[in-house]
Amino acid sequence: MNAAAIYEVGGVLLVSITSDITDSDIIELQEMLSNRIAQSETRGVVVDISALEIVDTFVGRVLAQLTAIARLLDAETYVVGMRPAVAMTLVELGMYLPDNHTALTLDHALEKMRNAGLTDGLPRGA
Amino acid sequence: MTEKVLENTLEALKEDAEGILREWIDQADEDGAKRSDLFSEKEERDQAASMLRAFRLGVRDTSREGDFDLRDEHWADLRGILAEVTHERVERGVLPGEMAAFVLALKTPLFGRLTEKLKGQPDRLIEEVLVVSKAIDAFALYTNEIFIAEREQIIERQRDEMLELSTPVVELWDKVLTLPLIGTLDSLRAQEVMESLLQAIVERQAEVVIVDITGVKTVDTQVAQHLLRTAAAVRLMGARCIISGISPKIAQTMVELGVDVGEVRTRSSIKNALTDALTSVGVAIRSIEDSPRTRK
Amino acid sequence: MAFPGARKIATIELRTDRDVAKARSRVSEIMKAKGSRDLMTTRFVTAVSEIARNAATHGKGGRLLVYDMPDPRLIGVECVDEGSGIEDVERAMVDGYSTRQNSLGRGLGGAKRLAKTFTIESTPGKGTVVRMTGICTTR
Repeated sequence: MNAAAIYEVGGVLLVSITSDITDSDIIELQEMLSNRIAQSETRGVVVDISALEIVDTFVGRVLAQLTAIARLLDAETYVVGMRPAVAMTLVELGMYLPDNHTALTLDHALEKMRNAGLTDGLPRGA
Repeated sequence: MTEKVLENTLEALKEDAEGILREWIDQADEDGAKRSDLFSEKEERDQAASMLRAFRLGVRDTSREGDFDLRDEHWADLRGILAEVTHERVERGVLPGEMAAFVLALKTPLFGRLTEKLKGQPDRLIEEVLVVSKAIDAFALYTNEIFIAEREQIIERQRDEMLELSTPVVELWDKVLTLPLIGTLDSLRAQEVMESLLQAIVERQAEVVIVDITGVKTVDTQVAQHLLRTAAAVRLMGARCIISGISPKIAQTMVELGVDVGEVRTRSSIKNALTDALTSVGVAIRSIEDSPRTRK
Repeated sequence: MAFPGARKIATIELRTDRDVAKARSRVSEIMKAKGSRDLMTTRFVTAVSEIARNAATHGKGGRLLVYDMPDPRLIGVECVDEGSGIEDVERAMVDGYSTRQNSLGRGLGGAKRLAKTFTIESTPGKGTVVRMTGICTTR
C-alpha cells in the first residue's frame, strides 16, 4: 500500500494520507495503524489529511473509528491539516468528528500533545 | 402568395426612412417615452436611426411565411443594437417601461404608411400589420429582458461587494482572529462568513477565533445553527472558536429554542472573549504599574 | 437524455474502489477546468464519491457519466448501476441519516444535501440511476 504511510516521529505515530486513497487502502491503514499503536509505546497519533481534497462519509467514519480504536489502546488521535472546503463539507454532512482532536498542522498537534503530556516518553498507563 | 409578407413595410422603409424616423421620435415624445433630460436630440436620433436601419435589414431578410422569430439570424443586428442602446439607457437611468414605450412608438408611423399602401386590400393590411406588430412587440419585450438582466448584474455585483465588506476577519493578536458580525445572518451570508473565516485561519495560522455577534439583529434557530456549524468547522480545522456578544435576550432565546451549544465556548462580551483567547495563546493583558492613570 | 441540452464529456466505469477514486479525481479536474472554487469542487466531488461508491459496492458496478450543462456554471453527473436496486428509496434517503450503521442512506442523503439538484430512480432487481448537478461558479 502506498496511499498512506506511517512514521514514528518523536514518540508519536504520524500517518500521512495521499489524495488518491481508496476505500480498501484506508481499511488496510486502519488495521496497520492499530497494530503499530499496540506494538509501540506511543500515546499520540497524528493523522495528516492535508492532501485530501475530499472527506466523504466513509472516510469520515474511518477517521472516527481510528480515534476510537486508538483510545482503546490508550492513545489519542489528532487530525491535522484539514482544508477549509473539507471542514465546511463535513459540517454540512453532519459529521463533526466529536471524538477526534484537531490541530492546524503537525507542529501544532505536537505542541498540544506535549501540553497534554502525551509525548513525555512515559510508557502507556503510567 | 409569392410576395413577401413584409413587402409593403420594406417598401415604406426604403421610400421614407427619414420621415418614419421623425414621426417615430415625435410619437415617442408624445407617449412620454423621450427623455430629453437624459439624452440630447442628436443622441436620441442617432440611436433611433441605427435601430431603424437594423430593423429594415431584418425586414428585408425575414422569411416569406411570415413566421417571426426574434432569435433568427437576420435579426442579430437589431438584437445587438437594442442591447447596446438599452445598456446605455440603463446606465443613464431610463426606466424599463420608457424604453419599451420608445420601441412601441415605431408602430404609429409604420401602420400609417401600411394603411395608405394597402387601401382596398383589408386582408393583406391586417396580415402585414399583424406581423409588424408582433415583431415590434417582441423587440419591446426584448429590451425589457435586457433591462432586467442588466439590473440583476448590478444587484449581484453589489451583493458580492457587500458580502465581502461585511465579513472582515481581523487579526487581533498573533494567532488570534476576530470576526464581528453585523446585521442579519442568512444561509448565503453564513456560508460566506464561514469560508472567509476558515481561509483566514489557514493564512494566519490562527489558533483561536472570536465570532462576535453583538451586532447581529436577531438570533433565531437558524442563525444559532449557522453559528454552531461555523464553530464546528473551526474546530475541525484545528482552531478554537469563541462566540462573544451573547446578550441576555439572545441567551434567553437560545434556551427557549432549545439550542444546544455543546462544546462551543460562549462569552457575554468581546472583552471576556479576548482575555480568554489571549490566555490560551499564552499572552496576558495587565495594567502598567507605574502608569499615571493606574497610580491613584 | 439525462439532462436536456447537456453534452456528455466523460464516462467512468465503476467496478472497484480504485474506480471510485478515479471518478473523484476526474470530476475534480473537470470542475477545476471550468473555474470552480475549492469549496464548490469539494462539495460536489464529495457527493460524487458517495453515489459512485454506492454503485461500485452496493450496485455491483456501474458507470458515471459527466455532462456539460447548457448553463456553463453547472456540471451534471449521472450514475447508473445494474444492481439490486433500492426497495424503499425514500427510507434509504432519510433513515440512514440518523442511523450510523446504514452507510448507504447516510451517503445518499449527504449527496443530496451537497448537490444543487438530486434525483434518484430505483427499480428493485434492475438497478439505480442517480442524477445530480453541481455549481462550479456563481457567475
